[in-house]
Amino acid sequence: MVLSSSDKSHVKGIFTKMTPNMDSYGAETLERMFMTYPQTKTYFPHFDMQHGSAQIKAHGKKVAAALVEAANHIDDISGTLSKLSDLHAQKLRVDPVNFKLLGQCFLVVVAIHHPSLLTPEVHASLDKFLCTVGSVLTAKYR
Amino acid sequence: MVHWSAEEKQLIATVWGKVNVEECGAEALARLLIVYPWTQRFFDNFGNLSSPTAIIGNPKVRAHGKKVLTSFGEAVKNLENLKATYAKLSELHCEKLHVDPENFRLLGDILIIVLAAHFTKDFTPACQATWQKLVGVVAHALAYKYH
Repeated sequence: MVLSSSDKSHVKGIFTKMTPNMDSYGAETLERMFMTYPQTKTYFPHFDMQHGSAQIKAHGKKVAAALVEAANHIDDISGTLSKLSDLHAQKLRVDPVNFKLLGQCFLVVVAIHHPSLLTPEVHASLDKFLCTVGSVLTAKYR
Repeated sequence: MVHWSAEEKQLIATVWGKVNVEECGAEALARLLIVYPWTQRFFDNFGNLSSPTAIIGNPKVRAHGKKVLTSFGEAVKNLENLKATYAKLSELHCEKLHVDPENFRLLGDILIIVLAAHFTKDFTPACQATWQKLVGVVAHALAYKYH
């Protein structure tokens, strides 16, 4: 899967609009993921899972920041996320299927907060971008 | 058999009551064909699917989207009995249409995004969880008779 120049421009465009609220979008993405796909909570047994949890907020902020970094350096996502890729391979070892689940929830959050920006074309590009990020993060698993 | 809590049934009914089946169905199918272009393989006779604009404006896409979502309405009415409700459609999709059941999951995910965009803040996390469960069990019921 290759991100075309219009994919890149769609992703950068929508991320620019989302930047002011990215921290809260990250937290909301995680909250939705934990509720919709309870098996994802197994990676966070130590977390307070209640709505508004400080841990979810903090972790959501981290996840969002990584997505922003990837969008800002969209020509070299593997290079940009290389350290995170090492972390996921060596330490976190989150099963690859879960990145799709996170991606789905992130798209839902975008749809909720920016429905008019999530045109079918932008939706397609954002989905490709999220798949690419997931692939990069699992690339060194074996 | 799938168990539905009273809250889940309420969330399903409330959302479904406000869905414009024709618009939502058309949009969901169009987005499926745009976001996952390989799904176009089932629609060679639909005419022009050459661009997102062509797909969105294609009358066969709209009509088929409406048909698919109307059928989804049967699920909403028969939550306790989905396998029986979809038995014939399942056989059809296997024996005549030859559709990989993975496509039902893809369409379900797209439907969730369309609902989220339509309902925005009203599409609460609990609502999303319930509807993601519903699209999952519908996909499962549609795949059930495959052999």
